[in-house]
Order: sequence, then structure tokens, then C-alpha cells
Amino acid sequence: MTRPAPLLALLLALSAALLLLGIAVGSTGFGWPADEIGRQIVWDIRLPRSLGAWAAGALLGLAGAIAQGLFRNPLADPYLLGGAAGAGLGVALSLTVFGSTIGTSIGLHKLGLSGAAFIGCLAGVLLTLMLARGAEHTLRLLLAGVVVGVVLTAGTNLLMLMKADIMREMQAFLLGSTGLLGWPGVTLMGAALVASLAIAMAGSRALDALTLGESTAQSLGVRLGLMRIVLIAAFALATGTAVAQAGMIAFVGLVAPHLVRNLCPTTHGRLLGLSACTGGALLLAADILARWLFAPQELPVGIVTSILGGAYLLVLMNRRQRRVAA
Amino acid sequence: MSALSCSLHRVSLQGHEILRDIALDLPAGRWTAVVGPNGAGKSTLLRALSGLIPVEGQVLLDARPLHDWPAKQRARALAWLGQNESGGEDLTAFDVVMLGRLPHQAWLAAPSSADHAAVQAAMAQTQSWDWRERRLGTLSGGERQRVLLARALAVQAPLLMMDEPLAHLDPPHQADWLAIVRALVAGGRTVVSVLHELNVALQADELVVMAAGRVVHQGSPGDAATRAALQQVFEQRLRLLQVEGQWLALPHT
Repeated sequence: MTRPAPLLALLLALSAALLLLGIAVGSTGFGWPADEIGRQIVWDIRLPRSLGAWAAGALLGLAGAIAQGLFRNPLADPYLLGGAAGAGLGVALSLTVFGSTIGTSIGLHKLGLSGAAFIGCLAGVLLTLMLARGAEHTLRLLLAGVVVGVVLTAGTNLLMLMKADIMREMQAFLLGSTGLLGWPGVTLMGAALVASLAIAMAGSRALDALTLGESTAQSLGVRLGLMRIVLIAAFALATGTAVAQAGMIAFVGLVAPHLVRNLCPTTHGRLLGLSACTGGALLLAADILARWLFAPQELPVGIVTSILGGAYLLVLMNRRQRRVAA
Repeated sequence: MSALSCSLHRVSLQGHEILRDIALDLPAGRWTAVVGPNGAGKSTLLRALSGLIPVEGQVLLDARPLHDWPAKQRARALAWLGQNESGGEDLTAFDVVMLGRLPHQAWLAAPSSADHAAVQAAMAQTQSWDWRERRLGTLSGGERQRVLLARALAVQAPLLMMDEPLAHLDPPHQADWLAIVRALVAGGRTVVSVLHELNVALQADELVVMAAGRVVHQGSPGDAATRAALQQVFEQRLRLLQVEGQWLALPHT
């Protein structure tokens, strides 16, 4: 068992080391730039990409911690409540309407898709809230999230069948990618991270009280309805921004809070920040692996996180079983 | 003077009527135990009186309608301990008990020295201070119950509602619980507990005897009428004995 402060210091040091590594790893292997072009590659491509991967991972880790606290369920992840399905439908709609090669500018195209994913994600969560008639009942919220997820995914699949040429780009989005992150995306995610962390911190005591059950939280004077809305807002902002910039990266949001809780049992005031740092370090490490394993070829980072996350959960499951058997 | 009073026409959970036509006055500075057979509606009554579920009717806390109380102020006046509440596995015992201080803390303010003192005192009372660093999930059922009891005590509310507080407690710790309740009442606090253990309940100042969603009787365990009501709701299957001035209930076959 670790204490929160040393763990935070460790995570920040690890993140800094990974950032240096992320700057050094390129399609030609490890190395520091010697000339002007090399410096430009570091400054305009590798640095924003590495920072962006960290920020996207941090947003997902934070959203996962909020979801797991809010639903009192260690298997909750950032893609609950219809957000993922909404983002998917948004991207599919955008690709169908505007075509998969909008103009000639990759930047403009990317901006359009990001906007569509963000709006789709928020719309999915809002639709879930509307169907559940507010946030008073956890079970109704989760069920409404499942309904929205199924229906919107069906819509996305229909669009993909009707317009087969968007399939490839949809697949890339669904797998998640950190390859095209630039400075605007980093700035946006940084701002969203600060904002959603601040909002979530406001509800951190409510999350602590909720661990003892809804009735106990209520008896302690927590206004559950209000707190759920506030926390869902932070959750949607974090998820929407991460998905819009980096696609649907799997497992980071699920695993990061788990890791923190295993290493250091603590209250949500610290768990939220620690989960964000862990998510950031995880996704940055996965991004470096994705670039380096088959260089100069690159793996989609979502595949790396899926494999690593799956392996981690398997280890966790076996350890739990042994503990139960012991 | 009554700490809590109610006149409930009806309380339903998920469309099922659980309680009907209940009027109660719970005296201040006394220990009241709610007893009755399984399914009588004891826990639901405690939740209704604590403002945790919607009711048709009125609950008055210190002569003021419960729903008029601001949430935090009500939480300082009335503490509630649930039955078999799960969760909190990843919090340390200390953090769990500190949650009891939530109604006293300003929004996001760090715990004050008074909060720390209250937590330490409550954990000492339930003899759980030694495990303050352990996760709730690693404690046994009885240890966990003592931490949760300390959480409710740490609120230091004038009115303490407890639902089956003796669950998982061994006889020495049941005796400790009894001593805590007596000390609270001697200090002017009001305690209301739903109790399964009739022998402990018979030591309360007041009994509320329930059956089938209604209150059958309210009175002191020393009254013959109270014991008759007890026999009635348990279908005459109790043997009530007096030993050393204390009433005991044994199952009667």
C-alpha cells in the first residue's frame, strides 16, 4: 500500500520520463534531432503527439474514475451512458454527409470529425438523461444508457452499410489513434482536463459518501440529484473531448482507476487526480509502444491499449480468485 | 417532548404498500426499539422517519416538517445507520468514519481538529481505532459493522436512527453497543433502533411493536400490555421470562 502523495510524485516522474522517451522515439528509432528539420519534427509532431496522448489518457482515466464512483461499479467506464455510441454516430453522419475526403485539408477534415464526435457524445449522454428522466435513479440511468447505446449503434451500422466507403475511416476512429494530435488538440484537451477535474473535485465528497450507498449519502446531507448532474457534466466533458481528439481508445478509462485503488486506497478527492495521471501515463506508454514496436510501421494505439488492458484484467481476475480461494 | 413524530397515511415502495396509517411520537432523550416479525415494515418505517423515502403524510423533526429542513442541517440533527449496507470496500476505516463528519464540514473544507476528535472518539467507543488504516473490504462482518456504527456515532446528532445495529456483533460487542446507547441517552440524546434481538430490545425505554405495516402498540417493556402486544404479533410463540429484573424472550415451540 502506498500513500497518495508519493504515488502522485511517482506518476508525475514517470509521465515526465515517458514524455522524454516519446519525444525521442520516431519512425527511425530512438534519437535526438541534430538539425533544423529534426527539431521541427520534435516540436511540431512528436511533442504535441506525446502531450496529447497523455492528456487524452488523463481525460479517460478521470472519466472512468467518475463513472466508477457514480455508479458504484468497478466495471463502469467512460463509454457508458450512450456517449460512445453518440460519438460513433456523429462521426458516421459527418462522414456520410460531407464525404470521407472533405476538401484537401486534413486539418479541416479532422476538425469536422472532432466536432461531430464531441457533439455526438454529449447528445448521446443528454438523450440518456432525458430517457431516464433526470439522474435520480442509478439503475434507470444505466438502462437508458444501454438503450441509447444499442439504438445509436444500430444507426451507425446502417450508415456504414449504406455507404461502404466510410467503413475504413470509421474503423480507424473506433480503434482510436493518437497519430494526428497537434497543438490545437493538446490545448483543447488540456483546458478540458482542468475544467472537468475542477468540476469533478466539487463532487468528490459526494462520491465518497456514495460508496456507502445512496441512502447513507442522502442521510449525510448529500443532494444526490444535483451532484449526479454535476458529475455527469464533468464525465461527459472529459469523455467527449478525449473521444473527439483520439477516438474510442479502449480500456484506459476502465483500468486507470483500478490501478490507483489497488496501489493506494484513498478518498475521491485524491483518486480522481491520481486516476487522471495514471490514465495519462498509460496512454502515453501505449502510444510509445505503438510507434516503436514495428517502426517505421505504426500500430493503432487502441490495439495496444486493448491488449495491455485485457492482460491486466486477466491478471487481476486470477489474483482475486486466489484471494477468494485462500 | 417528542424528538420525532409522524402521521403517515401511506408509504409505498415500487407500487407496493408497506406502511399504512401510522401515528407515532418518539420521546426525546429516550431509547426506543422497533420490533415485530419479518416483513412488518420496521426498516421502511425507520427510512420514512429519516426522510430517505417519499411518504404520504407528515414527519416532524423537532416540531418542524422534515422536508423543510435544509439537507445538511437535517443531517446534523438526525443520523441514520442502515442495515447490510454494502460498499466502501476501497476506503480505509478512518476515511469511512470521517464521512460521518460530512454534515459538519464546509464544502470541500479540510477536516477540523473537532472532526478528528469526533472520529477518534467514535472509533474508540466501538473499539475500531486499531484498524483505522485498513480497508473496509478487508474487515470481517462484525469489524465492519463496528466501523459503520462509529461512522453513525461520529455525526454526533441529537437523534440517532439505527437499523439492525447488532447484525454480525458477538455478545461482548452487543453489550458494548448497549453501553454506548445508554451513555448517549444519559447524555440527552435520542436513539431509535430496529432490533431483531428481542432480548436486547426488551431493555429499551420504549418499544414500538409492529405487524403487517402498522404499529400495534407503543409502550414500556415493563407494561403487561406491551408484552401482550409482543405475544400477539409473534403469534403467541414467545416465552417471556423475568430474570434478575430483566425480561427475556425465548422461542416457544
